[in-house]
Amino acid sequence: MADDEKYVLYKDREEWKDLEPLSQDDGPFPVVQIAYSVEFKDCYDYFRAILQKNEMSQRAYDLTSDALKFNLANYTVWHYRRKILEALSFSLEKELEFVAEVIQDTPKNYQAWHHRQVIVEKLADPSKELKFTTSILDMDSKNYHAWQHRQWVLRHFNLWENELQFVDTLLRYDLRNNSAWNERYYVVSSTTGFTDEIIVREIKYTMTFIHRAPNNESAWNYLQGVASQRDLKDFPTVKAECFQMLESSVRSPYLLAFLVDLLEDEAENGNVESLEKAKEFCLSLETQVT
Amino acid sequence: MAKAVNDVSMPDDIGMREKLLLEKHADYLATYGNTEAGSEHDYEYCVTEYLRMSGVYWGLTCMSLLGQLDRMNRDEVLSFLRKCQCENGGISASPGHDPHLLYTLSAIQICCLYDALPQLNVDGMVNYVSSLQRDDGSFSGDCWGEVDSRFSFCALACLTLLDRQDAIDVRGAADFVVRCMNFDGGFGVVPGSESHSGQVFCCVGALALANQLDRIDADTLGWWLCERQLPSGGLNGRPEKLPDVCYSWWVLSSLVMIGRLHWIDKDKLRRYILACQDDETGGFADRPGNMVDPFHTLFGVASLSLLGDTSVGKVNPVLCMPQATLDRANVFIPL
Repeated sequence: MADDEKYVLYKDREEWKDLEPLSQDDGPFPVVQIAYSVEFKDCYDYFRAILQKNEMSQRAYDLTSDALKFNLANYTVWHYRRKILEALSFSLEKELEFVAEVIQDTPKNYQAWHHRQVIVEKLADPSKELKFTTSILDMDSKNYHAWQHRQWVLRHFNLWENELQFVDTLLRYDLRNNSAWNERYYVVSSTTGFTDEIIVREIKYTMTFIHRAPNNESAWNYLQGVASQRDLKDFPTVKAECFQMLESSVRSPYLLAFLVDLLEDEAENGNVESLEKAKEFCLSLETQVT
Repeated sequence: MAKAVNDVSMPDDIGMREKLLLEKHADYLATYGNTEAGSEHDYEYCVTEYLRMSGVYWGLTCMSLLGQLDRMNRDEVLSFLRKCQCENGGISASPGHDPHLLYTLSAIQICCLYDALPQLNVDGMVNYVSSLQRDDGSFSGDCWGEVDSRFSFCALACLTLLDRQDAIDVRGAADFVVRCMNFDGGFGVVPGSESHSGQVFCCVGALALANQLDRIDADTLGWWLCERQLPSGGLNGRPEKLPDVCYSWWVLSSLVMIGRLHWIDKDKLRRYILACQDDETGGFADRPGNMVDPFHTLFGVASLSLLGDTSVGKVNPVLCMPQATLDRANVFIPL
C-alpha cells in the first residue's frame, strides 16, 4: 500500500469479497466505535477471518503488512506472518527489508526485533546486521533492542573484530553512554577475557575518561567491575590517582564510593588506618551535596 | 564541576497533586474503555487489544489496592478469561490471540484477586509454562522462542501461584537468571545485556520466588538501584535516562526484596510520584504533565504503598499483588 494511494477498506475490495469479516469478541468493557478506528477495525476484522480460515496466501501476507502498520505490537499478527513466510517460502531477504523499515519507524518494538532475529537466523546471514544496528544507534545510541540484537549477532556469528573500536568511537562522542560501557565489558569478556594484562589496559582506558568527567557513573561502574576481578589493593596506581583527584578538590560520590570499597578491602586485611579513612568518606557521602 | 544530569524539572507547587487523589484514580479506572466516542482513551483502548489481559490485571489490581474492586464486573472478567484459555493450556491477551507467558501470568493474577483459580484449566497452564523452559534454564515467552529474563520471572510467578514449582527445573531457572547478572550488580534481558531496572525487578523477583536471593550481590545492586534516583526525586531505568513512575515500582520493589529500601530518599520519591497524577482525569503518567494510562496508574499507587502510604492496600513487592490476596491464597515468599 503506497502512501499516496487512497487506502481502500478491505470490505470494499473486489478480491476480498469471498471472505466474511469477523468482529472482535467484546472484552469485559465494550469497545466504542470512533471515526479513525474504522480502517483499523476493518483490517483486523479481515485478519481474524483469514486467521480462522488458516489461509496461507499472498493476499493474507499483504494483509498482515497492513495489520502491522496499524498495530505493530500485535504479536499474533507477527506469528501468522511467519507461518505464511514458511508455508509459501517467501523471500526472507525481502522480509528483512520490510522489518528494517518497520524498525526504522518504530525502533523500540520487541516483536519487530525478535522477528528480525528469527529471519537472520534462518538466512544464516549476518552481513547487514552490524550496519543496520549502527544506523539505529545513530538515531538513539542507547536503544536497548538494537544493542541486544547486536550482541546476539556478534556472539552467534563470531564477529568481534571491530567491536571495541566501535565502542571507543561511541565513548569518545559521549562518555556517559552506559550502553557503550556495557558493550565494552561484553566484548572483552567474550574474547580475550580479563587477563592481568587486559585488566591493566582497561583500567588505564577507563581512568582517562574518569579524569575528563569524574561524575560519570558508568565509567566508575566499569572501573569497579574490571578491578574487582582481582583485589582492589592490587592497583596502587589507581589508589594514588584517586587520592590525587580528591586532593585537587574533585567532588564525586563515585570517587568516594570507590575509595570506600578500596579502603574496606585494606581494612579487611587488618589496616586500621584504612578503616578510619573509609568511615570518614562514608560520612562525607552522607552529608555532603555534590 | 556540575554534573550534566538528564532529568525533569519539578515545579515548586504541584497544587492538588500534593495529596493522593484516590477517588479520581478509582473513577478513571472504573470507566476506562467505556468512555464516550471520540476520546483519545478509546483509540488507545482499541490499539492495546494485544495486551488486554495485562491491562485488566493492571486495572483490577489497582482498584483492589484502592479498596474499590467491587466496582468492577467480576462475572464479565472471568468470562473474558475463560475465552482466552487456549488448547495448549496457555492464555492469550484477548480472544483470538495466541497464548503467551505474559498473559498467562496476568490471567492467574486476576483469578487470584477473585479467588477463582479453579475456573481455569490449572493443569493445562502448568504444562504450558513448563513446556517453555529451555535446556539452559531460560524461558521463551511462547513457542516462537524469544528468550528474556522477564519470562523467567513470569514462569516462576505462575507456578508459585499455582503451587506447582515442581513442574520446572527451578535451580536451572535460577542459574540462568544469575548468568544475567552484570559487572555493576544489575541484570539484563539475557547474559551480557545492559542492566535495566525492569529486568532487575524480574531477576530479583525470580530469585526471590526460587528462594535464592543469597546469590545476589546486594550491596552492589543496592548501590546501583539507589543511584537511579535523580534530583527531581524520580527514578530512572539506567544511567543517564529520564525518570518514569513505573521505575518507582521496579526499583523500589527490588530494594525491598534485598532489604535496602532505606537507601532511597523516600520523601523526594513520594513527591515525584504524586506529581505524576492528573488532577482532572485521575490516573498517573510516566512524568508530571504527561498523558495517564492504567499501567502507570497501578505502579504509581503500588509504589506509594511500598513507601508506606496506609490509605492504599498493602502490596506484595515480589508479585505486585495485594498482600491480602496472597494471604488468602496461602502464598508466602520469604525475603
